[in-house]
Amino acid sequence: MKSESNLEKVIASGNPAVTAELGPPMSANGHEVREKAKLLKGFCDAANITDCQTAVVRISSIAAAYMALQEGVEPVMQMTCRDRNRIAMQADLLGAAALGLKNCLCLAGDHQNFSAAGRLKGHPGAKNVYDVDTCQLVGILKKMRDEGLQEGGDKLEEAPKFFIGASWTPMGDPIDFRPVNLMKKVNSGADFIQTQGIYDIEGFRAQMEKARNLGLHERTAILGGIIVPRSGMMLKYMDSSVAGVSVPKALIDRMMKAKEAAGDDKKKAKALQEAEGIKITIELIHQVLETPGVKGVHIQAIEWESAIEGIVKEAGLYPRPSV
Amino acid sequence: MIVGSQKPIDEIWDMVKEFKRVIVFGCNTCVAICHAGGSKEAETIASMLKMRSSNEGVDMDVSSTSVMRHCEPEYFDEVIDELRSYDLVLSTACGVGVNFLSERIGNIPVYPGINTSFFGAVPEAGVFEELCAGCGDCILHMTGGICPVARCSKTLMNGPCGGTNEGKCEIGKDVDCAWYLIVQRMKDLGTIEKLSEVIPPRSWSTSRDGGPRRVSVEHIREYEESAEQKTEAGGSK
Repeated sequence: MKSESNLEKVIASGNPAVTAELGPPMSANGHEVREKAKLLKGFCDAANITDCQTAVVRISSIAAAYMALQEGVEPVMQMTCRDRNRIAMQADLLGAAALGLKNCLCLAGDHQNFSAAGRLKGHPGAKNVYDVDTCQLVGILKKMRDEGLQEGGDKLEEAPKFFIGASWTPMGDPIDFRPVNLMKKVNSGADFIQTQGIYDIEGFRAQMEKARNLGLHERTAILGGIIVPRSGMMLKYMDSSVAGVSVPKALIDRMMKAKEAAGDDKKKAKALQEAEGIKITIELIHQVLETPGVKGVHIQAIEWESAIEGIVKEAGLYPRPSV
Repeated sequence: MIVGSQKPIDEIWDMVKEFKRVIVFGCNTCVAICHAGGSKEAETIASMLKMRSSNEGVDMDVSSTSVMRHCEPEYFDEVIDELRSYDLVLSTACGVGVNFLSERIGNIPVYPGINTSFFGAVPEAGVFEELCAGCGDCILHMTGGICPVARCSKTLMNGPCGGTNEGKCEIGKDVDCAWYLIVQRMKDLGTIEKLSEVIPPRSWSTSRDGGPRRVSVEHIREYEESAEQKTEAGGSK
């Protein structure tokens, strides 16, 4: 075992792994983190704690991850390359390990001008860092863990034992380079991979075949990303505006049909779409897990953590293995 | 070339309005090409300041002049005495010129008339594009001649992030994704396999992060010094 994290153990046990996501609030009060953690407890093997997602200031990933841990949910702390140089990154990694965190997902991070896709003011005038990129951050974590060395070469008294993750956008542009992108993250030391949300299952399977041909599925644990759709509009938006996500028309049509079935009743329209969204999610989970080389699913119910329990149970992934 | 753009006239006016004698000092190399700070633009700014001062009832003497370059002393030697007769020099050179002149002019302030933006090229008339960040450790041979330091919004060294959308960067639909271009270019060159190699964390000490930079070309310095000594020796005869 590299990290002794629950996520690592579940993957090693051969069971399909389930990770979820917990977005910290824009607040100095950690109550919401604890409440969200309670909703996820027992229904995932680990939960990603986002790191100022969409380039908006929130409770830091490490602090929120520690709160989740106290609530009995194993966290996957996320770390973007946007906000820290290698000195701050390694200091935070040592601190996180000292607090008992065992999983870390390395990300480039949304550019600082993203500002929640323009819905919030954000900090578009911030200076970005990008001292290192994702592959390099993965390499730094591996060097710290396996060699007990900082990036600069100084020795660590005690090495942080992280289970190292990275993301993959299998359907992103330029699509034929994406398997190479994955390979570079694996070569750098990524133990697990969480993918961008998958709706186009055929497209995903074609990319997975390429990843398998490179032998990557045996060197890293690929968890397919599932973003729980909540409305037809959300699916349309993701299809048109979210990089690396394409949504088949049939899925959008299903959601729009659910909406229309409610007529003018907005409350009902919401309920029918959410129910259809969960149905679609269960189907996607099965399709992703049936794809050769996939070791689990990463289910993101964005600002809808209460949906996870039902989804995991209905998908036949409950109870989570205790390893 | 160095690309800049003129500061808004209101900002310039706020900078200069307390001064009685102002000279707008243009530079006729890079910033003239990008229509920001050549002799023409210096004259225009001077005219605008004259109008503004008369409109605001401020007594101000404004004129303009320009030289070929602000970044080598011999180019402004011929006008330095004239410049010294003013209260303020509003330089429309790049920031290099403003710094360089500030260090040499004596106790007269030199203010910037333009915002210096980047090193760039002119793909078409009136368009200027950033292509190099001057990071001090060139890797263009590894990236098909397309610089990820200057042209990737996240300075990524190992390939595109997840934000590439139809060849465009996540920061805006009018910004090309540098990595999309790099992958395409290296495919065309038949060198795409080079991109499989992981580039380790680089040292930014050659970049601005290492502190102010200086290049000293020793053989030129030695040559200049020996030429000076010869002249001195010749003169003492």
